[in-house]
Amino acid sequence: MTTAPPSLSSTRPPAAQVGAIAWLRKNLFSNWFSALLTVVLGLLLVRTSLGFLTWATTTAQWAVIPANLPLFFVGRYPVAQYWRIWAIVGILATLSGLSWGILSRNLAKLFDRNILIGFGVAAAIAVLIPAPIPYRILLLALLGLVLASAWIGRLVGQRMPQLGQWLSLGWGLSLLVVWWLIAGGIGLPGVRTNDWGGLMLTMFMSVTSILLCFPLGILLALGRQSKLPVLRWIAIAFIEVIRGVPLITLLFVGAYMVPLFLPGGIRLNQLLLAIISLTLFSAAYLAENVRGGLQSVPRGQAEAANALGLNSVLATILIVLPQALKVSIPTIVGQFISLVQDTTLVGLLGAFEMLGISRSILANPSFIGRYAEVYLFIGAIYWVLCYAMSLGSRRLEKQLNTTH
Amino acid sequence: MRKWNSTLLAVSLSVAALTACAAPTTTTTASPAGSASPAAGSASPAVTGSPGRLGTILSRGSLICGVEGTIPGFSFVDSSGKYTGLDVDVCRAIAAALFGDPEKVEFRNLDSTARFPAVASGEVDLLSRNTTWTASRDAAGGNGLEFAPTTFFDGQGVMTSKASGITDFRGLDGKAVCVETGTTTELNLATRATEAGIKINEVKFQDSNAGFAAYQEGRCEAITSDRSQLAAKRTALPNPDDNILLEDVLSKEPLGPVTVNNDSQWFDVVRWVTYGLIQAEEFGITQANVEQKIQDKSPDIKRFLGTDGDLGKQLGLAPDFMVNAIKAGGNYGEIYERNIGAGSQLKIDRGLNKLWTDGGLMYSPPFR
Repeated sequence: MTTAPPSLSSTRPPAAQVGAIAWLRKNLFSNWFSALLTVVLGLLLVRTSLGFLTWATTTAQWAVIPANLPLFFVGRYPVAQYWRIWAIVGILATLSGLSWGILSRNLAKLFDRNILIGFGVAAAIAVLIPAPIPYRILLLALLGLVLASAWIGRLVGQRMPQLGQWLSLGWGLSLLVVWWLIAGGIGLPGVRTNDWGGLMLTMFMSVTSILLCFPLGILLALGRQSKLPVLRWIAIAFIEVIRGVPLITLLFVGAYMVPLFLPGGIRLNQLLLAIISLTLFSAAYLAENVRGGLQSVPRGQAEAANALGLNSVLATILIVLPQALKVSIPTIVGQFISLVQDTTLVGLLGAFEMLGISRSILANPSFIGRYAEVYLFIGAIYWVLCYAMSLGSRRLEKQLNTTH
Repeated sequence: MRKWNSTLLAVSLSVAALTACAAPTTTTTASPAGSASPAAGSASPAVTGSPGRLGTILSRGSLICGVEGTIPGFSFVDSSGKYTGLDVDVCRAIAAALFGDPEKVEFRNLDSTARFPAVASGEVDLLSRNTTWTASRDAAGGNGLEFAPTTFFDGQGVMTSKASGITDFRGLDGKAVCVETGTTTELNLATRATEAGIKINEVKFQDSNAGFAAYQEGRCEAITSDRSQLAAKRTALPNPDDNILLEDVLSKEPLGPVTVNNDSQWFDVVRWVTYGLIQAEEFGITQANVEQKIQDKSPDIKRFLGTDGDLGKQLGLAPDFMVNAIKAGGNYGEIYERNIGAGSQLKIDRGLNKLWTDGGLMYSPPFR
């Protein structure tokens, strides 16, 4: 990739080519056709947004959102155990703050303008949401926690740079703690998976399936490229069978057919079956994404690694796979984003994830007909989730950008 | 150096995944005392030797009840996270009859495609979710289900505005009626119109919400759907009281609890607790006065509430099972009025769901 040096010209641009009006003229009104398009589409846009605003401020009855806020976020999780969810959010906030601080220990400034603006907006939202006052204070405190732990992480990270390697272990351990806090057991009252719901369940299913399908997908991709025929056939058969079946069918098979085949007395958890279905489904797609990445790595890389004395396993793990994964980050994250959205299908099986609980809220005679408000609200939450993922993947790409 | 960074990424991600892997395995263990009758769905004679569904439920210590979960007034989750509705209260009454505690019930949401496999595989002990009782669903060669007494006689109805002046089905002659296309609703409307010798201008919609929007805009003078649906949608209209449900019922939709075939012991429990709720209304026994009624002198009521005779024991339950069931949510009338009747926003007229003594169809065989 060569970057041509910008052609040097000594003449200054004419004055009419800069400024807002010039920009408008160049981009929106360059000829009669684009001027017409601009006017028509502009009117349409203004009309629609005005219509939406009028609806949102006059017709819409937003009371359905604050009245059911806990349902949207944790579903039927017992009220007395809400503190556990807060604890989980606290742990995640601390860990992300620490990771952020440690990873950006070498940057000149930790909190640049964009980040401060972002936090300002988040704080404003936390203050303005129609939740009880203690919850708003908790939210603000959480934001403070992220900032504080980021600052601490940076300080500590500068002293002990090797700490970065322990971060992933920290995240791994936190997953166990999160699992324990949600499900209970060992000193905490148990909460049945049947009572989990809302955003918490959506996140839980997504994160667990993502973490499980990632290694499985890589193994399948490697298996499909393997020289051992049996391994290759198994991988190909798995990928093609799973990819040839709609996800909803897999979910139904998991939920209603597997129990028929199991020996008597064994009843698998419905949530577990759903997560297995989601994992298998995503792994098959992920395997193809990773295989694309693997094929983009020149053969010379593996040969060079072999020449240096690495055996084929090491060459794959150390040389080929890192490059292949780096190339496939956009498609892998795309797969993860659609996995998050696919969790709504589990709602059709009766789980109270965000869409499921919304349908139930809409069946409450007090809130009948509030479709638009409810679906807009959860749509916004899904958008935030997915946009955050895509933002994260872009950062990761930038960080790993080693174009040669 | 950069390369090592990405290796670290790959390895750390895999490590994270593996540590996460350890967690889910803890739930792979079968739930305690899971359904012990996996063959309950089939007609296998081996079931007769085993303790049966009732024993399974009692040893499990809670009832698993399949509900729809998103039907206004029948089953939904209220703002405090509690299951509410007529179907839900029937489950609670049965749980109370079994365990003396209406909270010992676990609800599973089942959509219409999932409900029958869930009963057949023993995933749920009973269905209480707007399931129409039909011959093919009841037959051993069909779905092989058992239908307990109907708890709600639904039927296709017609909603129209008061201003239109339409008072009965014949009044729809020459009028535009909104109807969802591709449903039995559409066929029933056509059949009834032919029978009544009137001509109806059908305005067809693919989606029921679109149909209601059209009705609201006045593009049709009436709209037809199940009566419970119409009543629910009516509450969402700007002026609900300006709209009326016609008395005419265009189809029969008896809805009630459902259990699996070939388990008479368990089916009888469901059947008689449901009848008991109806009988309690007939006796005038309510949630409030059930404690006083225990002292009642009437031999019928004594037998019913278990102070005399051994009906409970014959069913495999405690003698005072009906006392507990009524304490859970009241008699049938109370359950109806609270969830879908006058006490609710749906305000569905009792109509066919009145007691037989009031001209309805709710009739319990004697508790003797």
